[in-house]
Amino acid sequence: MLEKFPVNPPAPEGRVITCVEALREGLRQLMEQDPSIFLIGEDIGVYGGAFGVTAGLVDQFGEERVRDTPISEAALTGACVGSALTGMHPIGEMQFSDFVVLAMEQLVMQAAKIRFMFGGKASVPMVMRLAAGSGTGAAAQHSENLENWFVHVPGLKVVMPSNAYEAKGLLVSAVYDGNPVMFFENKLMYKTSCAVPEELYSIPLGKANVARAGKDLTIVATSIMVQRSLEAARQLAAEGIELEVVDPRTLNPLDDETLVNSVIKTGKLLIVHEAVQTGGFGGEVAARIAASPAFGYLEAPIRRLGGKDMPIPYNRNLEKHAVPQVEDIVEEARKLVRGAY
Amino acid sequence: MIHPSQEYALDPKRAKQVLKELGPETGRKFLETMYTIRAFEEKAEELYGLGKVHGTMHLSIGQEASAVGTSNAVRKGYDYLLNHHRGHGHCIAWGSDIDRMMAEFMGKETGFCRGRGGSMHIADIENNNLGAQGIVAGSLPISVGVGLSIKLRQTDQICLVIFGDGGSNEGAFHESLNMASIWKLPVLFLCENNQYGMSMSVKRSMNIENIADRGASYGIPSRIYDGNDVLAVYDAVKWAADTIRSGKGPVLLEAKTYRWRGHSKSDRQLYRTREELKEWQALDPIPRFAARLVEAGYLKDSDVETIRAGAYQTIENAVAYAEASPEPDVATLMEGIYA
Repeated sequence: MLEKFPVNPPAPEGRVITCVEALREGLRQLMEQDPSIFLIGEDIGVYGGAFGVTAGLVDQFGEERVRDTPISEAALTGACVGSALTGMHPIGEMQFSDFVVLAMEQLVMQAAKIRFMFGGKASVPMVMRLAAGSGTGAAAQHSENLENWFVHVPGLKVVMPSNAYEAKGLLVSAVYDGNPVMFFENKLMYKTSCAVPEELYSIPLGKANVARAGKDLTIVATSIMVQRSLEAARQLAAEGIELEVVDPRTLNPLDDETLVNSVIKTGKLLIVHEAVQTGGFGGEVAARIAASPAFGYLEAPIRRLGGKDMPIPYNRNLEKHAVPQVEDIVEEARKLVRGAY
Repeated sequence: MIHPSQEYALDPKRAKQVLKELGPETGRKFLETMYTIRAFEEKAEELYGLGKVHGTMHLSIGQEASAVGTSNAVRKGYDYLLNHHRGHGHCIAWGSDIDRMMAEFMGKETGFCRGRGGSMHIADIENNNLGAQGIVAGSLPISVGVGLSIKLRQTDQICLVIFGDGGSNEGAFHESLNMASIWKLPVLFLCENNQYGMSMSVKRSMNIENIADRGASYGIPSRIYDGNDVLAVYDAVKWAADTIRSGKGPVLLEAKTYRWRGHSKSDRQLYRTREELKEWQALDPIPRFAARLVEAGYLKDSDVETIRAGAYQTIENAVAYAEASPEPDVATLMEGIYA
C-alpha cells in the first residue's frame, strides 16, 4: 500500500501549515482513499478532539468512522486491537498520553504480543495517537512523556514526529506498517508550522533525519526537542559552534547507522528529550553509541539532557524548569564543545 | 438447597425438543467431541506427569458440555471465537485441528503457533479462532473491536467471547459490555462460571448471586443455564446468537459449571471440599448426555463405548503426530514479532 505514496517529497515553499492541520489533512486523505481506516477516541467527533486534530472530520465521514467513545481507555484500545485483527485499520486517539496507563494491558499484553504468541499468523495494524508533553499548565497527570515504556515492549513500534511535515509523512507509514504503532504527538508542537506537501506521502519508519548538519557536536533529539535543538544551533552558530541535529523520528525501530555516523563525524554526543532522564530513551542511545564503532571517535563523555526526575509541576515557571529549554541546550552544548567534561 | 447447576436446568420437554431438532447424527457428534475433550485433557495431564511438556496448563475436565454446546450453536469458522486460558475444549469444539493443537501443547514447530504460544495461547486464525488468553478478561475489549469490525464491514458474523467468573470482576468487563451495548455490536459475551477464580469462590468475590445479572446494568439481555447439560447450553447459545443476528446488540450468557481439576498445576485445592467436588462430579456432562442419547434410541450402550474409545484413539494419534514433529529451530527464535 505504501508504494503508491511518494517518499520524503520536497515541501513546496509557501504551503506552511500547523502540525494540527497537517495531521488532520493526513487523516482526511487517508480515510478518503481507504474505507478500512477509521478513527476512534474520546471526544474526537463534534468536539474535534481535545487539541482539535480531528475537527470537522465527523461532518465528512460520519459517526461510524469518526467514533466517539465513552471514557473507557481499555475498551477503546481493545476496539482498535480487535478490529485490526479482523481486517480494519483503526487509528485510536489517547486524548492525553497520560491516560494510556488505563490501556496498558491491551497495548502491552495484546497488541504487542498477538502476532508473536500466535506464531506470526495474525497481525494488528493499528495506530494509537497520543498527545504528550508539558508546557500547557496541565500539571502532573496531563503532561507525561511515556514513550520509553513502549520502546521496552517488542511488538510495538514507537514514532515521535518533530514537526508538521514529519507528522503527516510518518502517520501514513504508521497506518500501513502492519504493526501496532504508538504515535506520540507533542502538544506544543501542534501549533508550530512548516511547509507541508498537499498530497499524501510517506516517511519511512526506522530512518533518522539529519535535521541540521554540523561538525562540532551531535545532538540526538526527539519530538519538540528537535525544534529546540535547532534553535540552540542557530544561537551557537553565532559563536562559531556548528551543531549537527539528528532526529531519530522513530525510537523503535531505531536507525543506529545514521546516529553512529554522525558521532563518528563530530566526536561528541548530547542526547536531548523531554521525558524524565532516568530510565529515558537517552540511556539507550548512549549505550548503543558506546557499544558501536563511534566509541573510538568520542572526544568527550556522552551527555544526556532530559526532563528532571520529577512529576510536572503546575506553576508556569516551575513547569518550564522541569524540562529542557533552548537555553539549557545552548549551555550544555557549549560546555560539551568547549571541553568542560 | 437446589444445586446451582440444577436450579437452571432445561425444562425436560424443551430438552426433548432440542434433542429431536439436533437428530441422531449431531447428537452422536456432540458426544464424540465431549469425549475427545476429556481425552485431550487427561492426556495433557499425563504428559505433564511424564515430564514431556513443561509450563502450566488449565484443564477443563467437567466443563465439556459448555464447549461443545456453545461452538455448535454458532457458525464455526465464519463467526469469530475469542477464548480464555482454560480453552483446549473450545478449540476442539470449534473444529480446530487436534494434531496441531497437541503439537502446540508440546511446543512443536507444527503447532498452531509454531510452539511460541503453548497451552494458554492456541489460535487458529484461518478459522476465525482468534486465540486464547493469558490475561483474565483480556479478550473482552478485543471482542468490542471484532464486533465493531463486523459492523463496519457489514457482514452478518458474530463474535463469541468466552471468559470466566473471575473475568467479570475486571474493569475491562464493564467497559466492554457498556461499549458493545451502546453501539449494538454483534458480540456474545459468554461467562463460564465454574465457581472459582483460582482459589476465590464466587460467593466471596461478588455480592450478587449471578454474573448474568450484571447485564441489566448495561441494557444487555442475559440468560443463565445449566452448563453441564449440552442441550441447555446449545439452546441458550442458539437463542443468544439469533438475538444478536436480529440486530439487537450483545447478549450476556452465564453457564453454571465446575472444574474438576485445580486451577493449574500448582493448585493443592485447599479452598474447596471433597464433598463439593463429588456433588458436581455426579453431574458429569458426558454420561448425562450419553444416557439421553440412549434413552432417545439414538444410540445403544455399546455405541457409547465405541465412541469413547474412538475419541481416546484420536488423542493417541495426535500425540504420535506431535511427538514426531520437529522442535522449532533456534535460528527462527526472533521470527513473527513484527509483520
